[in-house]
Amino acid sequence: MDDTLPTGLSGAQKDELMDQVKQQIAVANVQELLTKMTEKCFKKCINKPGTSLDSSEQKCIAMCMDRYMDAWNLVSETYRLRIQKERNKM
Amino acid sequence: MNFGDSLDSGSTKGGDKDLQDFLMIEKQKAQFNAQIHEFNEFCWDKCVDKPGSKLDSKTETCLSNCVDRFIDVSLLITNRFAQLIQKSGGI
Repeated sequence: MDDTLPTGLSGAQKDELMDQVKQQIAVANVQELLTKMTEKCFKKCINKPGTSLDSSEQKCIAMCMDRYMDAWNLVSETYRLRIQKERNKM
Repeated sequence: MNFGDSLDSGSTKGGDKDLQDFLMIEKQKAQFNAQIHEFNEFCWDKCVDKPGSKLDSKTETCLSNCVDRFIDVSLLITNRFAQLIQKSGGI
């Protein structure tokens, strides 16, 4: 066990831990996106909740989902560029 | 925040540098992502009317402007607040 680190974790254990952390963060991120998307698209597409989701509502939800993800990507890129700009100012 | 602090205090007892760096970067990434979720939620309400077959250019411009202006407002308020505090000689 010559690669044992001060934390008492071996290199392989450390890699496993890092993978787990990454995966948990990714899952949390997706959950956040799904929660927000559900909330926003319900608001946009379901005016009066009926006895079932009719086909126009389903179409609206599908479109809304796609646009929400487009918006997410655009916002992400805008924010990234802004951070870069602010960093260059310093 | 406390999470980071406890990590720092751990380092004085000979923590794992790799692991610490990794967690710091992941934390920053997570904060960046959380901020995007917040901006997107806020700007979606401001800019998107009825979701169409694609984001039209007007909506795209609105979304970008929304993010930039929100940051401007945040910076303006932070700076002005700092000035107010300075003028009054602390809280």
